[in-house]
Amino acid sequence: MNILSLFVIIPLIMMAIIFCIKGENKSLIRVVMSVGGLALLAVSAYLTINYLKLRSGGDDSEFLFTNTPLMWFESLNIHYAVGVDGISVAMLLLSSIIVITGVFVSYAIEDKVKEYFLWFLMLSIGVFGFFISLDLFTMFLFYEVALIPMYLLIGLWGSGKKEYSAMKLTLMLMGGSAFLMVGILGIYYNSTPDGALRTFNIQEISQNVAALANSGADMSWQNIFFPLTFIGFGVLGAMFPFHTWSPDGHASAPTAVSMLHAGVLMKLGGYGCFRVAMYLMPQAASELSWIFIILTGISVVYGAFSACVQTDLKYINAYSSVSHCGLVLFALLMMNKAAMTGAILQMVSHGLMTALFFALIGMIYGRTHTRDIREMGGLMKVMPVLCVCYVIAGLASLGLPGLSGFVAEMTIFVGAFQHPDLFHRIFVILGCSSIVITAVYILRVVGKILFGPMQDPHHETLTDAVWYEKVAVFSLIFAIAAIGLCPLWLSDMISEGIENIVKIF
Amino acid sequence: MEFLNLAPLVLALPFAMFLIIGLFGYKMCPKFAGILGTSVFALTSIVCYGIAIQYFVANYGMEYPKEVLFNFDWLHITENLVISIGFLLDPISATMLIVISTVSLMVHIYSLGYMHGEDGFQRYYAVLSLFSFAMLGLVVATNIFQMYIFWELVGVSSFLLISFYFKKPSAVRAAKKAFIVTRFADMFFLIGILIISYYTQTFDFGILTEVIDGQVPIVHETMGGITLGGLSVISIAVFLIFLGGAGKSAMFPFHIWLPDAMEGPTPASALIHAATMVVAGVYLVARLFPVYSFEAPEVLEVIAYIGAFTSIFSAIIACAQTDIKRVLAFSTISQIAYMMVALGVSGFGGEEGLGYTASMWHLFTHAMFKALLFMGAGAIIHAVHSNEMDAMGNLRKKLPITHATFLIACLAIAGIPPFSGFFSKDEIIVAAFEANKWVFAVEYIVAGLTAFYMFRLYFRIFWFGEPDNGFEHEPHEAPSTMTIPLIVLAAITVITGICWAFGILQFSQFVSSDSLGYAIETHWSIALLSIMAGLIGICVAYFLYFKKTGRPNTVVSYIKRPYLWAYNRFYIDEIYLFITNNIIFKRICEPIAWFDRHIIDGFMNLLAWFTNSASEGTKEVQDGNVQSYAWVYIMGVIVITLVSILNYL
Repeated sequence: MNILSLFVIIPLIMMAIIFCIKGENKSLIRVVMSVGGLALLAVSAYLTINYLKLRSGGDDSEFLFTNTPLMWFESLNIHYAVGVDGISVAMLLLSSIIVITGVFVSYAIEDKVKEYFLWFLMLSIGVFGFFISLDLFTMFLFYEVALIPMYLLIGLWGSGKKEYSAMKLTLMLMGGSAFLMVGILGIYYNSTPDGALRTFNIQEISQNVAALANSGADMSWQNIFFPLTFIGFGVLGAMFPFHTWSPDGHASAPTAVSMLHAGVLMKLGGYGCFRVAMYLMPQAASELSWIFIILTGISVVYGAFSACVQTDLKYINAYSSVSHCGLVLFALLMMNKAAMTGAILQMVSHGLMTALFFALIGMIYGRTHTRDIREMGGLMKVMPVLCVCYVIAGLASLGLPGLSGFVAEMTIFVGAFQHPDLFHRIFVILGCSSIVITAVYILRVVGKILFGPMQDPHHETLTDAVWYEKVAVFSLIFAIAAIGLCPLWLSDMISEGIENIVKIF
Repeated sequence: MEFLNLAPLVLALPFAMFLIIGLFGYKMCPKFAGILGTSVFALTSIVCYGIAIQYFVANYGMEYPKEVLFNFDWLHITENLVISIGFLLDPISATMLIVISTVSLMVHIYSLGYMHGEDGFQRYYAVLSLFSFAMLGLVVATNIFQMYIFWELVGVSSFLLISFYFKKPSAVRAAKKAFIVTRFADMFFLIGILIISYYTQTFDFGILTEVIDGQVPIVHETMGGITLGGLSVISIAVFLIFLGGAGKSAMFPFHIWLPDAMEGPTPASALIHAATMVVAGVYLVARLFPVYSFEAPEVLEVIAYIGAFTSIFSAIIACAQTDIKRVLAFSTISQIAYMMVALGVSGFGGEEGLGYTASMWHLFTHAMFKALLFMGAGAIIHAVHSNEMDAMGNLRKKLPITHATFLIACLAIAGIPPFSGFFSKDEIIVAAFEANKWVFAVEYIVAGLTAFYMFRLYFRIFWFGEPDNGFEHEPHEAPSTMTIPLIVLAAITVITGICWAFGILQFSQFVSSDSLGYAIETHWSIALLSIMAGLIGICVAYFLYFKKTGRPNTVVSYIKRPYLWAYNRFYIDEIYLFITNNIIFKRICEPIAWFDRHIIDGFMNLLAWFTNSASEGTKEVQDGNVQSYAWVYIMGVIVITLVSILNYL
């Protein structure tokens, strides 16, 4: 059996097991989740190592670990086809780290544990399935599978205005899916030469499009479907002005869901923009990129400025995500190898960082019962472990060398600045200003809630992290530092994947 | 033993200490953590000394080569642009190795006594190790991006040390300010790197600073002649890089963070905010000096003017401060500006490059005596539990060792022979005299002012008369862990000065702009003038502050307005506060946040409301009432019939 299918099968098995366990037996459910999560992590680590081995062994096909496509819908030529390149391997590794840490963070959930984890697993299936798919239709299917559980997870286990937020998030993302559906069908119907069998297979579509472009066929259909697809995924990637689901959604979501959502689900947006919109419609991508460069450039600065005056911890982080994810799309649109490598690195790094942030915010909220930074202060004294971790997360976010954020941002800035066009380079310089604004809002929070005098006397008696919380945050920090200290293997793995794609522009 | 092979240890040992003390320090007994950190750093220092001495001995009298001891790829950005981490040994990095390892080791030892019993003692040593690692990595950088990496790391360790007393709001504010101001400057540094690397396609210092026939070929060929808005791109790029240096080195208008940074523990101030990190900007310009000198001389001139302005500006402020650490902070700014001036007026090669040598020499001597002054101040603060001058006075008998060493440092900074500061400062003034008379005049005045405010400090602390309210408790001399570093640094200050005076191991034999040693003659005509200035400054300070009299107040009453301006640091901080609070937060951030919540999000809510009300409106049609259905049905039939009839007709 194909190793990639394990990413879908393991969660399915876990779902089956949990389904059979009685809801009261919480600890057993947690054990099953942890074991399964670790298994996923092991599979992705094994996959990464083997991938690197195959590559260094000289295997230079575009996708590795492909299966013989299984026919699913003959009439539309839909297959279950999987395969990975360096980019998807990185994404799978990221997802499995976030899933296992998310499981540990979810130990704190006491209400309807069984149902919670069932939806949680559903979400994971969607995420993993999306990254391994090579068939546009199954990819879209997994995408939807990942979105729907979000509604229930926020609506049932969330806090604050949870119904409103859940509804808003789901509707906006569904709106994006509607665009996407049109875009995907547009690609399906236009990408094949007359008379040939239509296909959803990404690799085949890409070859067909290249052949069509070379034969001088009319490519203007791309100008309609590229923006639709890019916006469709861009909604999930929090692109300005379609980002407003993010602050409310994150604020209401339970901790682990925020982690998964910001850490992995938003990456589906960036990955989709790149794998579907740009890869399959390169001509339109080159032609129309300037519009989206402006939009994402705004995202970068706008998100950072908005974060500076928020008072809710989760809002701050949500806006910071808008800024960081904006940088992902911005770098992708620069369409050179270095900048795109940086974009993928930024996805990985942002995923880890923001998951860490949301985990810590959830833990702090669970103790203080407030997320308002005006009501907290001096927490360093009572919970040193959590607070030191928060400072590390903050430093990673503002791009401290030695942590992953720096590697990603600098690859983006240096890479994007190699663009021969002055307009693009000026935008890169504008983007650079975000490193200062980021420092402002990160230090504002650190200075306010962690340092300084104690704000609320009730906080004197708070306790520090418990073991499962420590496991979760330490492993995230370990991953962030590992990438930050030795980025070479990851960045080389990603840039090999990019190489195949960048040559089509 | 071949010390050059041990080069990796210079970075590895402090980093390992950071990890070990940082991760496991909380389990150690504080004293053990401190001694562990100190002794491992002592090993590092030995290696640093070994490397520097072997390098200088091996190449003495020849052209000093740029040796790369190791260099490994850290990140491939493009095929040409590769960030590597390595170890570059040349005269200035070897000098810096000595400076950093000496001062840092002294601070490690001194802190054993000074920080004794503090909460977070282990954390302090962990961050100190991190800082030492970062600073050493910065000076040995083989490429500009490695420098940027360590540049950011020193910034963060500075943040962590300033906010060491994190329960104090003022310390937190100061740490934030320091980080954000320098970060702002770093952004320019980064943009400068981007521009340079875009054209030259390299980060490597070896290539970037290679001089052939009076030009820097890589820069000249790839960037020469390209202009942007009437300015040459080279000038823009190197000026942006200089701005990054200006941020770290607290040049006007980025100087505001340094005085506030004194909220950190005093030994940390001695290390970071006096001797090492703040001279990183000077080092950066020196590192790229050939590019400045040959390809952008106009930028060098601007640097000279910025330096001159900063030096006199902060010297004036230093005269009016009452917090002893702040006096020292402004004095630091002024002295670093001196070094910048020296680079700004320097030419390239031999005697022409006197400014370059003088700048590095002043960096060396200043690091020693300024660290000494800060540690002395620490001993004084330790004794009287206050930073304010009003709580001090007549301390010379109570703190004899501190007094003697402090006096030596004051004489050195005031430029009195044979102490080291005299020679380094004198060469700067000579270099300025030969290049630019205006700059010379300013620096000459600053020399006098320096002597005045330093001896104001000295007399006010050690003579003057006991404070009005007496001491909180009887001041006593610091423990030996604190006094030994003082004595060592004082000895260095005296010995280096005497060596220079007798022409033994003259600094210019080691460090020069073109890596060829040369001999410097002391220009006694200018030297005598500057000694005069120093003596006048000391005399004025003696007249005002030697004994408790009403004289200082009388003088202040004559110059009330200017005094207030200087005391309030010319209100630059207030201007910054106004810009951040009233412009950036109120006029940019808040409107954007409002726009986001009310316009963008409002539009989405409007869509939802529209859908909702449309369905609310139409749902009435399906009210389940058979009579109304029948009525609508019949009306419909009638209308359709009428329409068809009318049509038919």
